[in-house]
Amino acid sequence: MKKLLGAFALMMLVVAAPLAQAAEGGAPLERAPHRINDLASLQNGAKIFVNYCLNCHSANSVRYSDLRNIGLTDAQIEGNLVFTGESVNDMMHIAMTPADAKRWFGTTPPDLSVMARAKSINAGPSGADYIYTYMRSFYRDASKLTGWDNTVFPSVAMPHVMWKEQGPRTLTKVVVHEAQDENGVPTGAWERVTTVFDEHGYSTVKTEPVDSHIAGHASTQLQFKALDPARAQAFDNQVADLTAFLAWMAEPVQSDRKRIGMWVLLYLALFLVIAWRLNAVYWKDVK
Amino acid sequence: MAGEKKIETTGLLGWIDTRFPLTSTWKAHVSEYYAPKNFNFWYIFGSLAMLVLVIQIVTGIFLVMHYKPDAAKAFESVEYIMREVPGGWIIRYMHSTGASMFFVVVYLHMLRGLFYGSYRKPRELVWIFGVAIFLCLMAEAFMGYLLPWGQMSYWGAQVIVNLFAAIPLIGPDLSIWIRGDYVVSDATLNRFFAFHVIAVPLILIGLVVAHIVALHEVGSNNPDGIEIKANKDANGIPLDGVPFHPYYTVHDIFGVAMFLIVFFAIVFFAPEMGGYFLEYNNFLPADPLKTPPHIAPVWYFTPFYSMLRAITDQFAWVLAGLSVLGAIALFLRSNLKGVWRLAVPVVLIVLAVLLRLLDAKFWGVVAMGGAVVLLFFLPWLDTSPVKSIRYRPGWHKVLYGIFIVNFLILGYLGTQPPSPVFNLMSQIGTLIYLGFFLLMPFWSHRGTFKPVPDRVTYKSH
Repeated sequence: MKKLLGAFALMMLVVAAPLAQAAEGGAPLERAPHRINDLASLQNGAKIFVNYCLNCHSANSVRYSDLRNIGLTDAQIEGNLVFTGESVNDMMHIAMTPADAKRWFGTTPPDLSVMARAKSINAGPSGADYIYTYMRSFYRDASKLTGWDNTVFPSVAMPHVMWKEQGPRTLTKVVVHEAQDENGVPTGAWERVTTVFDEHGYSTVKTEPVDSHIAGHASTQLQFKALDPARAQAFDNQVADLTAFLAWMAEPVQSDRKRIGMWVLLYLALFLVIAWRLNAVYWKDVK
Repeated sequence: MAGEKKIETTGLLGWIDTRFPLTSTWKAHVSEYYAPKNFNFWYIFGSLAMLVLVIQIVTGIFLVMHYKPDAAKAFESVEYIMREVPGGWIIRYMHSTGASMFFVVVYLHMLRGLFYGSYRKPRELVWIFGVAIFLCLMAEAFMGYLLPWGQMSYWGAQVIVNLFAAIPLIGPDLSIWIRGDYVVSDATLNRFFAFHVIAVPLILIGLVVAHIVALHEVGSNNPDGIEIKANKDANGIPLDGVPFHPYYTVHDIFGVAMFLIVFFAIVFFAPEMGGYFLEYNNFLPADPLKTPPHIAPVWYFTPFYSMLRAITDQFAWVLAGLSVLGAIALFLRSNLKGVWRLAVPVVLIVLAVLLRLLDAKFWGVVAMGGAVVLLFFLPWLDTSPVKSIRYRPGWHKVLYGIFIVNFLILGYLGTQPPSPVFNLMSQIGTLIYLGFFLLMPFWSHRGTFKPVPDRVTYKSH
């Protein structure tokens, strides 16, 4: 029986280990800085959210007054964050209707209340990592309707709303793959395609055959280059704050629950000791 | 008073006892219910399943007070519970964690039964009620999962209800009748809500009562798989039994403390459990126009989901071939008597023909349902002379080990997007699962069994 239990435990590990998966279709995700307990960051994130996001995206499950929980007073919320004459007790609705949004953008911008949870990957990167990487992965592509594309979410309908904050960037995309003829049939030859998107979104493509030792291994490499590194770095910091706010907003109770959880587990540990001794007292007579 | 009964209690209790069997019920089921003294760790999961049932009912009542079963409001009402209802988040996390933990304890409880032969005579009905509880639990979990009205809720329900459409003749109409619409919609949400909060729990509680009454009628099995009632003292009390109360009540309190530590560690520190208890995709509201790239049921259904996906047209050939082989083997050499000797092989031949005539999708549904229904017949499939795995031959233990590992692998495969290698693995896994049970009449009595002791093995604390 013991052996069986051991084998059982071992199998659980073997089965659980390979559960991590990569993000669908997009570039690998970077870790978002951990700022969920940093009130100044959360407040700055709230400011960015209200200014940049809360025009197209709603947060229908969130009340403005919830921002009290990240250290803001009603006066601060009303004075700086509520723009359309609503009360602090209102939900973060937007004026644009889903039908209009669909007509104007081709798709309805999703509600962001719990987006930071929705974008997490099973036993993998968190939704915060997704948002942090996504927000910093826009590049100019003049061939797209909005003039923008994104390496994490290819062909996204959303333009780079904070482009002025980030400053101009270029993207170099190096794809190694099996070449195809004009009918999309693989030819068996391998090639490296280097696409450079300049800061205006015009691209130059260079295709070259690859060495035999690389052939057979498809790969994609993405290299952003900020033309104004200081501005881009400041932008990263802003996005980290925004990400922290979205992660907080997705589950405002998360810090409380961990704090309460510690006490609950401490109590249960004590209860366990008592239950263990109680059990022993009764059972000592059973021969 | 006609048929005056003897009451030993006095005062208020005496007054009640003359009118209601309070003391006698308490004695029969608790204080003088003699359970074997050699229960081990595996015997905690029955009580824990009861505990989780109570947690689910109580948290469920509070959730229903705030939840809106309306396609336009359901998703946001769950977020409302999470954010604005005082204590709503803990109630909801207890309910969502409870759903998964229910299956954890029930799977372990069933595995215990498998190990120690708790389904064998005279406990067949205990086991059958138990399998019925498991079926109810699956229905309860499936319908409850639609209620948050997220993407996985919606598309999971869509996929599963569509399965009924694979049933020949009545299928398409049946699936529309279940949904109440041509797609999963508000009508579906409302009826699933009704089933989840009223119909299924009523049946579930009734079955739990039947399960326990049947158990107390025949007495508990134990890790040695022997009957403690065979050795009684002068008063008719089993020598190896201890009264359930206080011995197993304090035992269970200890087990409950251990369980609650795990339970609340999840509730407070990992309520999503890495996306397996609360699926991340379910934080996106249901969108009938946007099919998620990968639809997977919650982890507790994935072993059965793998078996569903395993049945392809090619694999139906394999199954048909195996049925024919089985028919020939049974006809040529088996212990079946009289009409059965002909009937069983004929049924298998008909099955083989139908496997080729009907759509593979239908057989996928049959495999998934059959994998559970098969459990009902376990008491008659197992022909081993001993109940407990302790006294079975070593290679039996290996088979049990393979069965468990295979079940876990099937579970893992069910969470993954389909691929040729994974499909082949789940087909092999399906054969192992079905073979383990269906071939039991042929292997379970073979091998050298160890001698079974007269009295239970017990080391005092």
